[in-house]
Amino acid sequence: MARIQMTVDGERREDEVEPRLLLVHYLREQAGRVGTPVGCDTSNCGACTVRLDGKTVKSCSVLAVQADGGEVTTIEGLANGEWHPVQKAFKECHALQCGYCTPGMIMAAVDLLEHNPNPDEQEIRDGLEGNLCRCTGYHNLVKAVQMAAEGGAR
Amino acid sequence: MTTTEERQAPAVGQPLRRKEDARLVTGRTRWTDSVTPAGTLHIALLRSPMAHARLSRVDVSAARELPGVVAAFSGTDLADDFGSLPMAWTVSEDAKTPSHFPLARDTVRYVGDAVAVVVASSRYGAVDALEAVEVDYEPLPVVLDMEQAMTAGSQLVHEDLDTNVCFTFHEEHGDYEASKAKADVVFKRRYINQRLIPNAMEPRSVVADPTAGADSFTLWSATQVPHFVRVFMSLVTGIPEHKIRVIAPDVGGGFGSKLDIYAEEAICLALARRLGRPVKWTASRSEDYQATIHGRDLIQDIEIAATSEGKMLGLRVDLLSDMGAYLQLLTPAIPLLGRYMYPAIYKFETHSFHCTGVFTNKTPTDAYRGAGRPEATYSIERAVDDLAAHLGVEPLELRRRNWIGHDEFPYTTVCGLEYDSGNYEAATEKALELFGYDSLRAEQAKRRESNDPVQLGIGISTYTEMCGLAPSRWLGEKGYVAGGWERATVRMTPLGKAEVVVGTSPHGQGHVTTFSQITADALGVPFDDVEVIVNDTAAVPWGLDTYGSRSLVVGGTAVRHAAESVVDKAKLLAAHLLEADPSDVEFDAGTFRVKGTPSATKTIQEVAFASFTAHTMAEGSDAILTADNLMDPETFSYPHGTHLCAMEVDTETGMAKIRKYVCVDDVGKVVNPMIVEGQVHGGVAQGIAQALYEEAVYDDGGNLVTGTMVDYLVPAPPDLPSFETGRTETPSTTNPLGVKGVGEAGTIASTPAVVNAVVDAVRHLGVDDVRMPCTPERVWRAIHQGGGGGTPAAEGTVAYGGDSTATTAGGGQA
Repeated sequence: MARIQMTVDGERREDEVEPRLLLVHYLREQAGRVGTPVGCDTSNCGACTVRLDGKTVKSCSVLAVQADGGEVTTIEGLANGEWHPVQKAFKECHALQCGYCTPGMIMAAVDLLEHNPNPDEQEIRDGLEGNLCRCTGYHNLVKAVQMAAEGGAR
Repeated sequence: MTTTEERQAPAVGQPLRRKEDARLVTGRTRWTDSVTPAGTLHIALLRSPMAHARLSRVDVSAARELPGVVAAFSGTDLADDFGSLPMAWTVSEDAKTPSHFPLARDTVRYVGDAVAVVVASSRYGAVDALEAVEVDYEPLPVVLDMEQAMTAGSQLVHEDLDTNVCFTFHEEHGDYEASKAKADVVFKRRYINQRLIPNAMEPRSVVADPTAGADSFTLWSATQVPHFVRVFMSLVTGIPEHKIRVIAPDVGGGFGSKLDIYAEEAICLALARRLGRPVKWTASRSEDYQATIHGRDLIQDIEIAATSEGKMLGLRVDLLSDMGAYLQLLTPAIPLLGRYMYPAIYKFETHSFHCTGVFTNKTPTDAYRGAGRPEATYSIERAVDDLAAHLGVEPLELRRRNWIGHDEFPYTTVCGLEYDSGNYEAATEKALELFGYDSLRAEQAKRRESNDPVQLGIGISTYTEMCGLAPSRWLGEKGYVAGGWERATVRMTPLGKAEVVVGTSPHGQGHVTTFSQITADALGVPFDDVEVIVNDTAAVPWGLDTYGSRSLVVGGTAVRHAAESVVDKAKLLAAHLLEADPSDVEFDAGTFRVKGTPSATKTIQEVAFASFTAHTMAEGSDAILTADNLMDPETFSYPHGTHLCAMEVDTETGMAKIRKYVCVDDVGKVVNPMIVEGQVHGGVAQGIAQALYEEAVYDDGGNLVTGTMVDYLVPAPPDLPSFETGRTETPSTTNPLGVKGVGEAGTIASTPAVVNAVVDAVRHLGVDDVRMPCTPERVWRAIHQGGGGGTPAAEGTVAYGGDSTATTAGGGQA
C-alpha cells in the first residue's frame, strides 16, 4: 500500500492505496466522488475525464499514486457557487440525454475553451474527439460549446 | 397559485429545459455502480475464451483460498440457486428455446459465456482471483455462418435440439406468385445487415442487497425494464415476487441492450441470498461487449415484382436471422417485429414473408434501437433505390408512384396494419427544399461529367415505422408472454403540488420533463410543481417499462387520462365547496368556477388542501385527489419522414464523407420539440454509425475481434456532421395526445439514406452495392474491383473471415 495526499474538489485527503489503483477508482471508491463515471477500459470514451493540476486527464489512465500531491477537480467541483458556463450551456442546448458521458464531456469542453476561446465547429469536434456520446449525435454538444464560448450561458 | 389573471401558457409544445439535467451536469447522479451498501461484496465472472467447448473440469478451490476471497462457485455449484434465463416470445410452433443458465454447466457456447464466479471483498481482488480458477475446455467445432449452420451435418450449437434452426416463420399476404406472374420485372437483391454492439455509455451493473431477517432483496440494476426484472428474477431464483424490489436508478442509455434479463442479475441475487451480504457486479466495457446482447445480424433476400412503368406489385422477403448462442428475452421476435415494415409506405398488392432464426456460437442478439424496423427499412429503401436504377426511373419518382397518398389514410397495408395518418408528400417536399435537391443533383451531374475524383451521391429514405408497443391482445396473439399496457397515477399533495407515478422507465429520454408538461397542462398547475416518480418497483408498482418508442404514446396517454380523472374528482369537491351543482362548475387552467358567477372560484390547489383536511366532503367522493389510469392501446401509431443524405465519395481513397444530412420527420404532435429533436439527432447518428463505421466482427474461431472500443468504431464528434432537421405534424388519431413516438425514428431512417448515397455516388462506375459499414476499403474495392453483381457478400456473415472478406466489396458474386 502507498500513502498519498491529494486535494479533490477542494478537500484535502490522505489515503492508503494499492499502487495499481486507478485514479478513477480512487475518486469513486475512496474519495466518494461518484459523479465521475467509467465508460470503457481502453481510454477511448472519456467519460472519466477530470482535471489534474490544471491539465485534463482521463482518470482511468492515471494511477492514484501518480496523482500524489496533486490537485484534482471533478465535475462535482467545477461549479464555483454557480454553475460553470459550460454546465449551463449543456442544459440550455440539450447537450445531454442519459448524461453518462456528460461529466467527462463537460470537463473536456472546459479545457477546450481554455485553449481555444472561440472555436469553430470543426475545432470543437476535433477538440472533443476523445469523448464519446451515444445519445446526442454530438449536434447539440457542438452548439453548447459554441454557446459557452459566446458567453451566451453566462 | 394560478389565478385567472396570470393564466400560464400551455407547457405542451414548448422546448422546456429538462428537469433531469441539474444532477447530470453537476455529477450528482446515482448510477448503479455508484451504489455500494455497507459490507458489499464484489463479484467477477470467469468467461469462456472458447466459442464452443465442453467443460470437463471447473475447479474453484484454489480461488477460494486466496486472501480477500469470500466464495467461489462453478455453474454446477449453483445449479439449485437459479433456473434458466427467460425467453418471452414464442414466435412459431416449431420454435426452440434451449436452456440458458446464468453460469454454464457443462458446455460453453460463445466467447463470454460465464463459467465461474468469484466473490471477494474488493473489485480488484475478485478479478485477481479469476486467475486461480482452473478450467479444462474440450474444444468443439465452432458454428458461425448461418447458411453453413443450416446444412445437414453441421456441428450443432445445442446438441439436444438436433438442429441449428431456432424457428421458421412464414406468412403470405395475398398471392405473391400471381403478382410475379404478371410483373414485367422481378428484381432480386441480397442485403446484409451486419451485427452491431449497442454501446450504451454506461456498462451494465447490478447490486443485490438482502434485508436481514425479512428474506427480501433490493436489486439495483442498470436496466430499461425494472418491472420485467422483478417478475423474471422471481421466476428464475424462486424468491417470491413481493420480496424483490427493483430500482433502476440513473441509467446511462439502453438502446434495447438493457431491455433484457441478464445472468448477472440472477447471479448477484442468488449470491446475496446465499451469503446474506450485498453483492455487486459492474461490467468492464470489454466484458459488456461479450456479455450484453448484440443487435441486427440478418441476411435479407428481397424480391420485388414490378411493372416496367415502376408499379411495385409484390414483395418477397426471406430472412436469415442470427440468434447467437442462446435466446435472450426477445431474441427470436426481433426480425418478426420488423416484418410489418417491409412493405413500408408502399401499396404492394401482395407480400410473402419468410424468416429463419439460426443458432451460432456468438453473443446472443436481441433488440437494438428500432428492433426489426431498421432492418426492414434498410432493405426496402435500398431495394427501391436499386430497382429505380434498374428501371431507369428517378428514385423519388419511383417512390411517388407507389407510396400511399395523403388522401388515402387511414390505409390498410398488405400486412393488414391500418396506418392512421401521414403525409409523405408534405414531408418529402419539405425535405427536398431544406436539402436543395435540384442543385445537388445538378452538381452530381457535373462531377460525373468531368470525372471528378470526388463524386457526389444522394441517398433517399422515405420511412415509416410502428410505435407504441402495444395492444396487449395483439401481443398475446403473437405469442408474447406479457401485455403492452402502461399505468399512471396522478395525485395532488396537500399543499397543491402534483405527483405522477408512471410505469415507463426512462434512461435518458427525459420522461420527467415531458410528463411534467402533460400533467401541468391537464391540472393547470405550474410545470415546476409537478414531480414524476419512476424506476422503482416499490414506488411504481405497475409498469411495463421503456422500449419500442412506447413511453409517450402509451405512458404519456395514461398520465394525461389520470390527470383528467383527478380534475373530475376535484370538480366534485369544488362544486361542494362552492355550493354549486357539479354540472354548473367549469374547469380551466387550474381554476374551477361556477358558470355565470365569475367570483365563485376555487383553484385546484385550494381543492387539494380541502381534500387533505377533509373537513367537508361531497357525498360519495373520497377524500384523496388521486387517480389511476391503465392505458392499453387499441392499435399502433405510425411516424414517418423523409431523410436525404448528400455524400462525397473520394474514388481514389474510397473515403465517404457526409456533406449534408436533412431529415423531416412526422412524429405527430410534439410535447417538447427540444427533446424530440435530440432524439432524432441521436437516432440518426446511430443509423449513420451502422452505415459507415460499426460492425461486430468475429474471427473464424468465434472470437469477437472488435472486442474493445479501440476496435469497434463508435463514432466520435469528428466522425459525424451536424444535421438539418425539420418536422411536419400530422397528428396520430389513435391516442388523445396525437403523438406517434420518436425514440427510434432516426435510426430506422438514416442507415439506408446513407448507404443509398454512397452507392449513388459510384453507381455510374458499375457499383450497385457496398456492404455496411461502408469503410474506405470496401468502397474502394467496390469501385476498383468491379461491381454491379446481384448478391454480394453472400458467402458469410463473418466479416474479414477468410474468403468471405473478398465478397464484402460489393459485386461480382452472382
